[in-house]
Amino acid sequence: MSDAQPVISCRNVWKLYGPKPAAYFAGRTAAGSFEDIRRDGYIAAVRDVSLDIARGEMLVVMGLSGSGKSTLVRCMSRLIDITGGTVLVEGADIAKMDERALIDLRRRKMGMVFQSFGLLPHRTVLDNVAFPLEMRGQDRHTRRERALEVIELVGLKGREDYFPRELSGGQQQRVGIARSLAIEPDIWFLDEPFSALDPLIRREMQDEFLRLKQMLGKTSVFITHDFDEALRLADRIAIMKDGAIEQCDTPDQIVMHPATPYVAKFTEAIEKSRVIRARALARPGVAEGQALAADATLHELARQIASDARALIPVSEADGRMLGLLDRAAALDILFGASA
Amino acid sequence: MTAQRKGALAFLAVAVALALARNILPAALMRPADWLVWPFADWLNAAFSFAQNDLGLMAVTRFAASGIEFLLDVTGNLFYGKNRWPHLGPLPWTTFAVTAGCVAYALAGWRLALFSAGTFVWIAVMGQWEWAMQTLSVILIAAPITFLIGLGLGILAWRAPLFERLLNPFLNIAQSLPQFAYMIPVVVFVGVGPKAGAITTIVFALPPMIRMTVLGLKKVPENVVESGLMSGATRWQMLTRVRLPTARNDILVGVNQVIMQCLAMVVLTSFIGMPGLGQKLLQLMQSLKIGLSFEIGVTIVLIAVTLDRISRAWAVLQPRHFERGTPWHRRHRVFVIWAGLMALALLLASLNPWFSQIARADAFSVAKPIDAAVDILIRLVDPVSQWLRWFLITWVLIPFRDGLLWLPFTTVLCLLMALGYAIGGARSALVCLGFFGLIAMTGWWDRAMITVYTVIVAVALAALMGFPLGIWGARSESRAKRVLLVCDTLQTFPSFIYLIPVIMLFGVNDVAVVGAVVLFAAVPLVRYTIEGVRGVSAELVEAASMAGADRRQLLWKVQLPMALPTIMVGVNQSVMFSLFMVIIAAFIGTQDLGQEMQRALSTTDVGKGLVLGLAVAFMGQMVDHLVTRWSEGRLQALGLETPKGT
Repeated sequence: MSDAQPVISCRNVWKLYGPKPAAYFAGRTAAGSFEDIRRDGYIAAVRDVSLDIARGEMLVVMGLSGSGKSTLVRCMSRLIDITGGTVLVEGADIAKMDERALIDLRRRKMGMVFQSFGLLPHRTVLDNVAFPLEMRGQDRHTRRERALEVIELVGLKGREDYFPRELSGGQQQRVGIARSLAIEPDIWFLDEPFSALDPLIRREMQDEFLRLKQMLGKTSVFITHDFDEALRLADRIAIMKDGAIEQCDTPDQIVMHPATPYVAKFTEAIEKSRVIRARALARPGVAEGQALAADATLHELARQIASDARALIPVSEADGRMLGLLDRAAALDILFGASA
Repeated sequence: MTAQRKGALAFLAVAVALALARNILPAALMRPADWLVWPFADWLNAAFSFAQNDLGLMAVTRFAASGIEFLLDVTGNLFYGKNRWPHLGPLPWTTFAVTAGCVAYALAGWRLALFSAGTFVWIAVMGQWEWAMQTLSVILIAAPITFLIGLGLGILAWRAPLFERLLNPFLNIAQSLPQFAYMIPVVVFVGVGPKAGAITTIVFALPPMIRMTVLGLKKVPENVVESGLMSGATRWQMLTRVRLPTARNDILVGVNQVIMQCLAMVVLTSFIGMPGLGQKLLQLMQSLKIGLSFEIGVTIVLIAVTLDRISRAWAVLQPRHFERGTPWHRRHRVFVIWAGLMALALLLASLNPWFSQIARADAFSVAKPIDAAVDILIRLVDPVSQWLRWFLITWVLIPFRDGLLWLPFTTVLCLLMALGYAIGGARSALVCLGFFGLIAMTGWWDRAMITVYTVIVAVALAALMGFPLGIWGARSESRAKRVLLVCDTLQTFPSFIYLIPVIMLFGVNDVAVVGAVVLFAAVPLVRYTIEGVRGVSAELVEAASMAGADRRQLLWKVQLPMALPTIMVGVNQSVMFSLFMVIIAAFIGTQDLGQEMQRALSTTDVGKGLVLGLAVAFMGQMVDHLVTRWSEGRLQALGLETPKGT
């Protein structure tokens, strides 16, 4: 298994709801629109989605409620059987797996965090976190050791014996995160993990999540309806509408070049300088002198760009390697919101 | 005019025409003709005797019964010293009081602990120990067996929707079948005595357990299920470690219902020779020993409230954690206390036999003062109760009964179809015709009409009491809470208990029956009226108040219309309770289906008993159908959610 092979690969995935989805899908002549399909009495929750997720990548699927984002992530973990297309996880077609193989895949490779936590109310924090290990049949002692490790990782040390209802929402979701990490999964699904939390707690949990992501470097699929959250966390964002992907690209590219009017509606209200990084504007070229950090946002570099009088400012990687030149006028335009 | 109204009016017109033409009507339209009366009872008897003799079902049931008998002997020995293995009993009464107190303390705190322990002290001190233990020893066996079978069937019904669809009509009928109908087949297959009592109880208490299990399993949140699946749980692991534990509360509510049904039934199975409190109460009431029956009534009520509160506290109990390093004896504090008190109780019992068994001769009794007090009370209210009795009998009961009997059965059927048409269209009209048509075909039309008349009068009187009381109770939050608590407590009493006060006041006659039914049926009406009125959203009430509605307008224009669907649930339950009560009250003398059912019981006529039971069940089912249809329509019109799963 090479690193070049995508961890998850969706090929023309369809999910239809209705009286007889399989027969309807097989008898379909042309790829109809969402409305066409609805007129026939079916709901296309996922419509012809093709996606590759690379090892270690963080893909955020963003969409409003009913856009099919939660269905898509359930198709990837086969909590839902798809109507058409294929989903490959590390090269294996999960639709063809029998129950045994599927359970085995989930026990070894997958972890998932849920919007309303999905904790077992009758188990303590420790037992909730150890649950996936218990399913695998690990003995009590190793279970406990590993569970305590992850509980400490998510910052809940000392609450091991609490029951879910004795914890706040943010703490409950930490338990959910700890549980999903207990088996050291390769693939991490997060279905709107912070949507049920208060704005302040949400922000805190996002920081916490970024810390974990840096530390663990897992392949993750993160679902959200919050565009700001997507911009903050993503390596790549897939924006969904009516079951189909409108655009799938890096945050920079989405903000600078929205592919459809629908995507543009989201980007309009965004302060672009806080999203776009120097790297995205760098063009080939070499220059001497004070350089800009490639991974800093224009907003963070505002003072430097404004005070540097050169028309083309050099941009360099963190290790000092020269990346290219940044067009100062274009950067100022973005900073002052003149154009995209 | 809608088609529905047209149909209803058409049937109404036919009904009136039939009634007017009564004197020239052919006999076949007056009462079901011979060809219309089918020998259902004979068929059922044939089927039963086939199962009993040719299929050898008898051997199976007797075998199962012998297993249950063994268990009953064990508890019988421990509880009241029945001469059977393990020959340890009877345990001193103090140990029961201590155990009940500690269990209650662990689940719900010291108040319930005092109440529960007090219940057992009362039983012992009043000299009713043996009877109460006979009753409890059966419940202790019947309730767990019911729980296990119900849980199993519930899981099956949840796993296989087809099985659930098949099971549902059976459960519906079973839940509206009067208790006596269960006893007759059991007497045939098992015989009489404690084991028959236990088996009847198990069968009777099964439906709510199945229902609550299915409901609980269906209610497990989707994300909990998904998190279990993503943790890699197999199907078995999903059931035992995710779904059942998460459904714990609903399942325990089922356990509470099982225990209460068991108690209600165990008391009644005195009719098939089950010894215990029920039998004693039956004997005492038949010989009109008011004071002594009152004492037993108090005991049954105390036991009912204790069992109900303890099992309910268990159902809502949430797990609690202990701080790290809490020593063992603190973690298991109640257990330590219990062990200490048990040792003390056993020590006391060995020192002084009074702490072990209290003989009937040493027991207290408040029967004499109660008898005296009741005498005075009766003399005081006698003019009123005499007048009430005279008024009810001559001006309400007899005219109404004669009127119903005067009507041709075709008129009644057409009236019901008109009602059905008005509420739910052609389908409901057919449902009404189906249920009451079958009753006509059993050949028990006149008896059935007497049952119908008693129920209608009783529910009407109960409504006259219940609605105002409910509206009064809903006035403020704290009052609503208090009244609901009273209703809750009253509903835990076995139906038998309601006969005691009415016999005290009215003696043994029709009025006493109606009185008992009214009391029993008023409770759900009060309860659902309060819940309905309090359930109207606060925002709506505020909006109406801001629009300038005064209290009367608020009640009539906003609260009652919104609460009506809920209130109708109360009416539905009220009718169901009335039907049960009318049949039970038969032993104090009525001429309805209940009396025939008693006869069927004493001659162990399975077919007749079941036919009569089904006739009662069909009445209940018809009312249930109409009320449900009506409520659904109303809720839709009001744009409210249909309450699911209830």
